[in-house]
Amino acid sequence: MQPYLKLDHIDKTFTRGNATTEVLKDINLTIERGEYVSIIGHSGCGKSTLLNIVAGLTDTTMGCVLLENREVNSPGPDRAVVFQNHSLLPWLTVYENVRLGVDKVFAASKSRSERDEWTMHNLNLVQMAHAKDKRPAEISGGMKQRVGIARALAMEPKVLLLDEPFGALDALTRAHLQDSVMALHQKLGNTILMITHDVDEAVLLSDRIVMMTNGPSARIGEVLDVPLARPRKRLELSTNAAYLKCRQRVLEFLYERHRFVEAA
Amino acid sequence: MNMPAIKTEPAATVVAPTAAAVVTMTPKRPPRADKYIKMAKETAVRVVPPLIVLALFMLVWELVCRRAGSTLPPPSRVFKDTRELIFDPFFDHGGIDKGLFWHLSASLQRVALGYSLAAVAGIALGTLVGQSVWAMRGLDPLFQVLRTIPPLAWLPLSLAAFRDGQPSAIFVIFITSIWPIIINTAVGIRNIPQDYRNVAAVVQLNPLEFFWKIMIPAAAPYIFTGLRIGIGLSWLAIVAAEMLIGGVGIGFFIWDAWNSSHISEIILALFYVGIIGFVLDRMIAGLAKFVTHGTALN
Repeated sequence: MQPYLKLDHIDKTFTRGNATTEVLKDINLTIERGEYVSIIGHSGCGKSTLLNIVAGLTDTTMGCVLLENREVNSPGPDRAVVFQNHSLLPWLTVYENVRLGVDKVFAASKSRSERDEWTMHNLNLVQMAHAKDKRPAEISGGMKQRVGIARALAMEPKVLLLDEPFGALDALTRAHLQDSVMALHQKLGNTILMITHDVDEAVLLSDRIVMMTNGPSARIGEVLDVPLARPRKRLELSTNAAYLKCRQRVLEFLYERHRFVEAA
Repeated sequence: MNMPAIKTEPAATVVAPTAAAVVTMTPKRPPRADKYIKMAKETAVRVVPPLIVLALFMLVWELVCRRAGSTLPPPSRVFKDTRELIFDPFFDHGGIDKGLFWHLSASLQRVALGYSLAAVAGIALGTLVGQSVWAMRGLDPLFQVLRTIPPLAWLPLSLAAFRDGQPSAIFVIFITSIWPIIINTAVGIRNIPQDYRNVAAVVQLNPLEFFWKIMIPAAAPYIFTGLRIGIGLSWLAIVAAEMLIGGVGIGFFIWDAWNSSHISEIILALFYVGIIGFVLDRMIAGLAKFVTHGTALN
């Protein structure tokens, strides 16, 4: 069987003037449909670059990204991104931000009222329908990120790309939003690729955790399966042996074998 | 240090219920009269100081210019001389012997036309320069040189080209107000965050949609800064241009008054020019607030 999403021998080098930096080296990864995969690594290891490559926002130097066996090398709604800093357009309301994507993706396939319905449906999924006429400046950080998720979901992406989606949020809001994303994943069965630097978040949410070595020339150091049944409950997991073992493995990888070197 | 803070807590919780009860018992709003008095006070705070300054200014002017042999008329003379012009701005005796309304509206029409053209062309060129590195490298030096040319220096050239006063004046307005619009638009376009471009890329907006849905709103605060500077400059330029091209218009009205030694009329005209310049500026500022919903503009 062909893999759903395949990163095939991806190299990435940045060239500025005479200086060439190799960021990513020989990245190979396959993701099955409906799988939740996290990529974890220290900052500067090129994990955001990798996500941008999958999103098509950055070109590869070598290798390619295959989605359902077809090469993708330009951005598109089939790989919708939830950006770290939400990236809502401040001059549009919450509703209009989501509708922008809906109008483009379903221009031909849905009527006006269907698009309106679909927009509201997605706002309801993230419990933001009540704020549909507010502008991004008028809602909290967590709410903005919810709208960002709704905007991405509304495009019905084949793969949902989350770029440190909870990084800018306080711990309580983050936990709340993680639960929401878990519930959505459970309900909709999306294929999700998430970048994170939070070990607990990675273990809690993922089916597999991809651990990256430090840059430059970051590689995939290890891939860890998380053998925890879904739905997962945050509180129960805190004493679960399998959970703690996974957490231990990731911590060991990050803090013993691939300690963050300040100079790098 | 912590002890007193902890102690006060229980006391506060005991007091709270009674306080809440009292608040619910008196949902009284301040009477309407109080509200009006408050509003009147707020208005007075804003209006009284400028009025005092204005009165003092008039007084000094009156005292300085009242002496015999003074070259400029005092305010009382200005008012007496220009009474007819003030109270009947709509008369039309043919030729250029018209009320101030007609002169001002002729000037405003020229500005409206020249400025609108400058706004459209300026935003388009600014977008080009902001978006394309090559356009910037090619055009920016040219713009930087051309924008320093004083408005009136263009007038002879445009008279030679158009062979008529009316289009020449409009061209002078256009060429005066276009530079700040171009430059500010270009800066605004260059400053569009990469995030917004990424969003547009993921949603797959086409270039036209990108222009209307991302570029223009994202750059709107900058564009409106350029538009505000532009309207100010074009109002500055029209008076000078009209002095030279003649015909109906506030600029030539002033020049004509000078030639017939009607100094009071000049002062009245300057007053109107100032007020209208101010109103034009506020109009663009208001439009900016309306268009950007006050979100992007502070």
